[in-house]
Amino acid sequence: MEHIISVLVENKFGVLARVAGLFSARGYNIESLSVAPTLDPTTSMITIVTVGDDPIIEQIMKQLNKVVEVLKVVDLTETDFLDRETALIKVHTKPEHRDEAIRIADIFRAKIVDSSPTTYTIEITGDVDKVEALINLLRPLGIREIIRTGRIAIARETTRTTSPRREPALLKT
Amino acid sequence: MKKTGADIFVESLRHEGVKTVFGLPGGVVLKIFDVLCQQKDIELVLTRHEQGAAHMAEGYAKATGKPGVVLVTSGPGMTNIVTGLADAYMDSVPLVAFTGQVSTNLIGNDAFQEADNVGISRPCTKHNVLVKDVNELAQTIKEAFYIAMSGRPGPVLVDIPKDVSTDKGEFKYPDKVNLRGYNPTISGNKNQIKQAAEEIMKAKKPIIYVGGGAIFSDAADEIRELAEMTQIPVTMTLMGLGSFPGTHPLALGMLGMHGGYWTNMAMHYSDLLIAVGARFDDRVTGKLSEFCPEARVIHIDIDPTSIKKTFHAHIPIVGDVKAVLRQMNVMLRAMDGNVAEVKALRAPWLKQVDEWKKAHPLTYKQDSKITKPQFVIERLFELTKHSAIVATDVGQHQMFAAQYFKGTKPRTWLTSGGLGTMGFGFPAALGAQKAFPEKVVLCITSEGSFQMNLQEMATAVEHKLPVKIVLLNNGFHGMVRQWQDLFYDGRYSASYLGRLPDFVKLAEAYNILGLRAEKPGEVEAVLKEGLKHKGPVLMDIYTDPYENCYPMIPAGGAHHEMMLEDPPELTQAKKGGSHKRKVDEGEGVLPA
Repeated sequence: MEHIISVLVENKFGVLARVAGLFSARGYNIESLSVAPTLDPTTSMITIVTVGDDPIIEQIMKQLNKVVEVLKVVDLTETDFLDRETALIKVHTKPEHRDEAIRIADIFRAKIVDSSPTTYTIEITGDVDKVEALINLLRPLGIREIIRTGRIAIARETTRTTSPRREPALLKT
Repeated sequence: MKKTGADIFVESLRHEGVKTVFGLPGGVVLKIFDVLCQQKDIELVLTRHEQGAAHMAEGYAKATGKPGVVLVTSGPGMTNIVTGLADAYMDSVPLVAFTGQVSTNLIGNDAFQEADNVGISRPCTKHNVLVKDVNELAQTIKEAFYIAMSGRPGPVLVDIPKDVSTDKGEFKYPDKVNLRGYNPTISGNKNQIKQAAEEIMKAKKPIIYVGGGAIFSDAADEIRELAEMTQIPVTMTLMGLGSFPGTHPLALGMLGMHGGYWTNMAMHYSDLLIAVGARFDDRVTGKLSEFCPEARVIHIDIDPTSIKKTFHAHIPIVGDVKAVLRQMNVMLRAMDGNVAEVKALRAPWLKQVDEWKKAHPLTYKQDSKITKPQFVIERLFELTKHSAIVATDVGQHQMFAAQYFKGTKPRTWLTSGGLGTMGFGFPAALGAQKAFPEKVVLCITSEGSFQMNLQEMATAVEHKLPVKIVLLNNGFHGMVRQWQDLFYDGRYSASYLGRLPDFVKLAEAYNILGLRAEKPGEVEAVLKEGLKHKGPVLMDIYTDPYENCYPMIPAGGAHHEMMLEDPPELTQAKKGGSHKRKVDEGEGVLPA
């Protein structure tokens, strides 16, 4: 089963390599991975999408927790969460297809962010199903290139994945 | 006052109570070595190869319980300790390895003797750090020692660029660590422990299975109390030997691939398995689907990842083994003080185990022609009883030593378990001897393993480390040959060691006493003379090239499917001479 794991880490040199190396060394899958600093600039959030049965996921969680620079590990799939992905899709547009491309983008509330005489570049943000659906509709037009960010996710209200130390300050402002 | 990085380094080591550093110099660490030679508190043991330094530090750490410290240069200096780091990582040995690095402005330029030390060592260390600023050095060293020694111990590498060792910075040794992501669990969950205690009282066929974690946790007394109070037999993994006296009536010796028949049978038919600081390694469990099929499992370990990694646990307890067992023993004492009742409950089980033991004890047949390795180890144990520290290498001799050298105290059995590093034994023995100059330190090794780090004989002589090397010389990579005999139709691909050196002359070349026993009748005298000798000594003992180590669970077999002796077709082949001939056609097994 697919799991989305949020890993809060020290924002230090080599931490990403350590986390990624843990997955490769033990033969775990990484479907996608994204990293960026959190509100607290001394920490970063790594969002990993992985696949495995329950014992594997349990090991992944434990192994991640064991890394010295890992501060917190949350399996978002066990909670209520939101996930999003952004994709940039460059489609071939023959003159007769340009209207169709715009229509498809509109349906998905995607934006055309770049155009050339022969291509449109479409930006879409949404959950995986939405991104996949758009890609499938654009495919007949001829897709030249797709870049996807990988998924990021956040827990709804009840559970928190960012550093708790920072949050009271946030609430005040 | 400002100090150079090298001074800060030495001061920090002093604060950590380091007395001995094992290492070898090189370009980028010269400043540190320069400071080291101008002080007296910390002694440097110069090794002849960096791998030797790493294993010596391991031997030192295993024998003392203190961290072993390694100091080597960049590039090849660092890559040469990788085996030691990987070994220490597998066997949870607390090491702090300091490696030199090229100056920060050269990092990434493929500079002379540059290697990505942090990158290379990442998967085989508990933690590692590149120090980029001299002002971070003391804090980093403090944390390195803390991480190496706390929780599940392990190796930590600190990479120090040349300019960091020469730059000046303010020195104040930090009094605490600042690691918000690292906080090992020490005391176990009370409810879990209580549940475990209840199961222990009820079980009819329980067994305690102790691993290396018990040694590092200093839990020998607690294990003994638990076993005696509840009358439960104790088996130990290769790493756990010494945590319970091998001579105790409840001791079952080592389990697993080359464990005793009675031990593995007891595992297989047990109804409660109490795993203490052990990690269900494949050499222990054999076929997982048939491992302890009837047992409920209590698993105590400080490392949560060890629990349910390969095998299920009904009652997992994360915590320090010593702390958890203490809590458990208190509960058990309160639960039932009636010793007679417990004894009565366990009696049939202990009787069954005893019957297994009588049915198939460890055996070998010593004749007058060729020495059996088991005989040498039995004699060695008799001659040094309860007083020696034993380091072994890896292979048949290691398994024979584990079976026949019944260690009684923790930290007297030093061996490479998880990684199975040939070449570990001799330097590890030297490291232990450095820590305990007055004790008898034995290195039980073989011609194959010994040749992998024999250069350290020079270190032994220079530092007056009187290690007694007992070299069981069978002319083969014995364990490889055994597997080839059993599973590869006796084709000895690359297991026969032709052209062996004359080990006695080799020892003499290093100014070490060399002794030889060619025949069984000479063994006793050689061992006695060697043990009596004041300095280091190498005893080259010719042993049966064809002796196989039994019992044996073939890889992928279950605990009750042990082989107890050579299968008939193999014995035939040996008698018929087909195996023998293959060797005789070569250069001859042993030096003339």
